[in-house]
Amino acid sequence: MNVSLQFPENLRFTAEHEWFRPEDGAVGITDHAQHALGDIVYIELPAPGARLTAGRSFGSVESVKSVSELYAPVDGVVAEVNPELAAAPELVNREPYTRGWMIRVRADAIPGNLLTAAEYRRLVEA
Amino acid sequence: MHVRSTTLHGRHLTAGARMVDFAGWEMPVQYCGTLAEHRAVRSAAGLFDVSHMGELAIRGPGAAAAVDRLCANDPRHLSAGEALYTPLCTTQGGTVDDALVYCRTPGQDYLFVVNAANTATDADWMRQECLGGAVVVDESEETALLALQGPRARVILRRLLSLRERAAITALRPFTFAVGVPVAGVPCVVARTGYTGEDGVELACSAAAAPLLWDALLEAGAADGLMPCGLGARDTLRLEAALPLYGHELSRTISPLEARLARFVRIEGRDFCGRAALAEMLAAGPPRELVGLLPEPPAIARADAEVVAQDGETIGRVTSGTYAPSLCRGVALALCRTGAARPAEAGGGALSIEVRGRRVPAAVVPLPFYRRRRGA
Repeated sequence: MNVSLQFPENLRFTAEHEWFRPEDGAVGITDHAQHALGDIVYIELPAPGARLTAGRSFGSVESVKSVSELYAPVDGVVAEVNPELAAAPELVNREPYTRGWMIRVRADAIPGNLLTAAEYRRLVEA
Repeated sequence: MHVRSTTLHGRHLTAGARMVDFAGWEMPVQYCGTLAEHRAVRSAAGLFDVSHMGELAIRGPGAAAAVDRLCANDPRHLSAGEALYTPLCTTQGGTVDDALVYCRTPGQDYLFVVNAANTATDADWMRQECLGGAVVVDESEETALLALQGPRARVILRRLLSLRERAAITALRPFTFAVGVPVAGVPCVVARTGYTGEDGVELACSAAAAPLLWDALLEAGAADGLMPCGLGARDTLRLEAALPLYGHELSRTISPLEARLARFVRIEGRDFCGRAALAEMLAAGPPRELVGLLPEPPAIARADAEVVAQDGETIGRVTSGTYAPSLCRGVALALCRTGAARPAEAGGGALSIEVRGRRVPAAVVPLPFYRRRRGA
């Protein structure tokens, strides 16, 4: 594959291909995940105030060909949902780490088992 | 299983394709993205590598009788240069495969283009069913097949033809083909056939020459918006056009009569594999029928989802479901108990589809979901 995937250093990752940004609690899916899914046409997200449990599904992302669960990277409460994604789910394909963020979570704590960019890259490239 | 690749494999990688294993072949599922590729075919043109499909020839003095024995559709009227869509059936009336039969020499030489996953079983089945005086020859290995589809497809092709060939190709009617046509210098069989619901052609050439033909077509069509297209777009295009896909709408346990293919089953005045069972089913009425469903957005029903009537009874299952780019919503084909899924205008009751634990309302609609504007 001659695409160069991005692995930003400031993020933490799950093995299920979600990312978490410790500074502001933003959560999304990785460049690798959006590439594997193909064109995303619909994203189902929880409402602000919803309680998330790390490792449990908090929504789903639907591409032309398939549907995938989204797994919470942390325990916490949904503070904000990206209002742009309802009308423009393709932002997740185009800018998975910036405008394609999905939710912001007020995390109870930052779990130690999240992967660093280097660890996640090794997982994806294995 | 050993994964095979076509002679265009290198071209696909260079173009940035994401490759998947499909029926034992490593094939491009998408290049720049299924939505853009789908739209290119609907508005301009797309180029598909479908070299994984099987090419099985039936030849010899007994070829006409053998082909008549194999086809549920009636191949007896075929002249040289004509093609016919036909289901191939089991003695129980189920479907072995569906194929396009190309009549190369009437009575002598016919070519079946079949689904990649079925090529080997089809060849075995043909050898079992063929009467004497005909041989089955597998030409798949040395044959490449490209599909050039979309409203601009024939305009693009014309640019790669000599003046003399241009007239012949312009005159090519749907379901006919011309042999030995040099396209950018590559000898091709050019057929006005396809699997997208658009106008277009399919080009067969030697596997070795395929990269040359691929490059020439992409270059000739660049200014028209021609894009290389993967299996992802091929599936959304065929599903919008309600064209059946073997393994989904057709199988050994699904009859072509159930899959809305009754007009391709000709039982009058002939005998063929599956005829008795199909005649019986025609008389009694098929127990199931394929219907078109529109699940309420944003839900997208996928294959195997259950279709449920208002009283909670399961009346069938989705055979194929996807997001339909031309309709900007989910569409689904479902095999349902006959009469149980009718449009609301025809007195049908409310239906729902079980989409990941949720019952989503679905409307029954006439097929196809998408029909191209003629003469555009």
